[in-house]
Amino acid sequence: MINQLSWKVGGQQGEGIESTGEIFAIALNRLGYYLYGYRHFSSRIKGGHTNNKIRVSTTEVRSISDDLDVLVAFDQETIDLNYKELHAKGVILADGKFTPKKPEDTQAALYAVPFTEIATELGTSLMKNMVAIGATSAVLNLDIHVFEEVVQEIFGKKGAQVVAKNMDAIQAGYDYMKKQLVDGVEIMELEKADGKKRMFMIGNDAIALGAVAAGCRFMAAYPITPASEIMEYLIKKLPALGGSVIQTEDEIAACTMAIGANYAGVRTITASAGPGLSLKMEAIGLSGITETPLVIVDTQRGGPSTGLPTKQEQSDLMAMIYGTHGEIPKIVMAPSTVEEAFYDTAEAFNLAEEYQCPVIILSDLQLSLGKQTVEPLRMDKVEIRRGKLVTDEIPENENKGYFKRYEVTADGVSPRVIPGMKNGIHHVTGVEHDETGKPSESAANRIAQMDKRFRKIENIRFNTPVYKNVKHEDADVLFVGFNSTRGVIEEAMVRLENEGLKVNHAQIRLIHPFPTDEVLPLVRSAKKVVVVENNATGQLANIMKMNVGHAEKIIKHLKYDGNPFLPHEVYTKCKELF
Amino acid sequence: MATFKDFRNNVKPNWCPGCGDFSVQAAMQRAAANVGLEPENLAVISGIGCSGRISGYINSYGFHGIHGRSLPIAQGVKMANRDLTVIASGGDGDGFAIGMGHTIHAIRRNIDITYVVMDNQIYGLTKGQTSPRSAAGFKTKSTPMGSVEQAISPMEMALTAGATFVAQSFSTDLKDLTALIEAGIKHKGFSLINVYSPCVTYNKVNTYDWFKENLTKLSDIEGYDPSNREEAMQTLMKHNGLVTGLIYQNTERQSYQELINGYSETPLSQADLDLDQEYFDKLVGEFM
Repeated sequence: MINQLSWKVGGQQGEGIESTGEIFAIALNRLGYYLYGYRHFSSRIKGGHTNNKIRVSTTEVRSISDDLDVLVAFDQETIDLNYKELHAKGVILADGKFTPKKPEDTQAALYAVPFTEIATELGTSLMKNMVAIGATSAVLNLDIHVFEEVVQEIFGKKGAQVVAKNMDAIQAGYDYMKKQLVDGVEIMELEKADGKKRMFMIGNDAIALGAVAAGCRFMAAYPITPASEIMEYLIKKLPALGGSVIQTEDEIAACTMAIGANYAGVRTITASAGPGLSLKMEAIGLSGITETPLVIVDTQRGGPSTGLPTKQEQSDLMAMIYGTHGEIPKIVMAPSTVEEAFYDTAEAFNLAEEYQCPVIILSDLQLSLGKQTVEPLRMDKVEIRRGKLVTDEIPENENKGYFKRYEVTADGVSPRVIPGMKNGIHHVTGVEHDETGKPSESAANRIAQMDKRFRKIENIRFNTPVYKNVKHEDADVLFVGFNSTRGVIEEAMVRLENEGLKVNHAQIRLIHPFPTDEVLPLVRSAKKVVVVENNATGQLANIMKMNVGHAEKIIKHLKYDGNPFLPHEVYTKCKELF
Repeated sequence: MATFKDFRNNVKPNWCPGCGDFSVQAAMQRAAANVGLEPENLAVISGIGCSGRISGYINSYGFHGIHGRSLPIAQGVKMANRDLTVIASGGDGDGFAIGMGHTIHAIRRNIDITYVVMDNQIYGLTKGQTSPRSAAGFKTKSTPMGSVEQAISPMEMALTAGATFVAQSFSTDLKDLTALIEAGIKHKGFSLINVYSPCVTYNKVNTYDWFKENLTKLSDIEGYDPSNREEAMQTLMKHNGLVTGLIYQNTERQSYQELINGYSETPLSQADLDLDQEYFDKLVGEFM
């Protein structure tokens, strides 16, 4: 019996690789297993190698595994590109159609299973994926009835016959493989899971659901990998709530339209990736100087320019903090799990209204697209706070005096009136302005308004700016990361602790303003600080040096080849230091 | 009921004496009063440039955004509150150069807002460079040998982009311009009104006198039918675009907001933000 399994299916893009993984994963999630799935894909519709690696466990998992137990291959390329991950007792289940060849330097077993042939005999070669799921089930000694429900949901629309045929294909794959597993072949049977109901979702689903829960009713966006799922989810859900999504002509329109809707009082989101954020920058500055709430998602991917559009990277950090020309107050948050992506997105709308400034939710491709098991998200943990939004009647002011929308206040936040309110008329402009919004070039006014704007975020109230796993007052190592690196750091940490090293972990959730008070004591009490990040220059490490100092302790652990970190890479880096 | 005086504020425009934009401002104020608006129910969203300042010179809600982006901001405002009257405004550089992409798409999207362009065929605030509306051969600081590019024909372009309301006016024709803005506000969909608004400082070619000599009023063309798109196109081509009046109106096509699925009939800005627990549970269940 095993308590963890790593399974990968690979082939040509457009062959149904994704749905094979999906069916396998959903069924296991419903049995109560914890899953983590990561897709390797290319920026094209058909063709090119793609794979879906799924980790199944009886305990929580938040990263890709180092090795692999079962590889399902629909072509030789899948074997050649992935066999090295297989451990000695691993299994390759390959379609007999292409006469698979086993590489010489692997001890894993190869089984040629006639996926396509069996499927074709049953009616259509399209069902080869189902045969593969059946064959996998035999290796795992898994009762194939667990797939019935999912198959019914996916193919039910096409009729009972299609459902039955697909189940037949699973059965046939299972039967064929069962016969191959003669004595001596190890069965990888998973321990029974707890059977609890949990969600299975990608980070982008959680971001979109968080927006819905927070009362977001409008979105303006332009399609881009890896952000589009947020728009696609809201397009499905907002109309039922009276809201709407506009797919705009470009990223600039998306951002300025979101500003217009926020200005007029509707919680509005826009989401993109690096290239889109570059285009939105001028508008983000407009949100800053006009103090218009704005929630923007940046799902980071490989840059610069088009870069590696379908690959993991965390290289937008500096751009998100400093990207606009001029200086504005801004909040940059970085959820590190799918759960946090939900709760942080909901909170982003509160912060945007409370501090009347742009709030950027930073994600990365691995967090946005990695599909994982999540404890049911809770509505009762979502608060709605609208800051100084004026909802009471406004008394008449003399002589058409404009409402003081930019009143200089002690906390820097001014009362906000939305269009339509009587006696609330004021001007809004990206030009420096006075308390009523009228343009002003006066030096004294400039200082008063700049100071007022920055005062807003001096004492920002943020629930958990740093996720901390701190067990030691004097640690050998403090690991620091942001976004999706949390899982690999956690796994490396367990191994290092087992070997006697004292390890603390801080995952930064509020990137800007940087939570120096929270991070500094952890840095002080550690011998070495290893900052783990997917970029080439060590942007978070540099931000740490800028804010908490201790440059002598800070070690950059960087990966920028387009792939997420694996646990052993973080572990090994740390071992090298001691 | 508000009069046009209620749409005046105490800000003195920084336009040059004699600028055509003064009349556009007056026409907008009169049109707003004539259609029965109260100042708080009007939002004027403007771009950058001399004419972009107009949102600060009208006693209404006003948003002076960034160069070329008045239309997406205005569409966002309208989507948030369908009860507001939204007028977007700016110059020919704002709408036909840096913001041209938004102009075309706002036309084809057909959200119910009015777009008033103050077209002076020159960049004024940056002190005299060529605009996409400058005629070929036009000499400016940026085209000392004369522009070699072709001028954009915004009215023809609007027709090909699927516009439902296309009009053109001349700033001195205050009565006609006011009536066109009123008609634009009342039109259920996107209305584009291009206004020849001469720059007295930098454009010495397209002057008040030049327009008086070259413009043809559509009301002077016997039997002109603004519901006929083909006739509109032919008339524009025949007169090299130099016509004033209602060029084309399609009253049959519904606005974006009427066509989209599920969109709230009351202003979204007044919607209850709290989500029903049962509905949320259903959404959560979809991921299980």
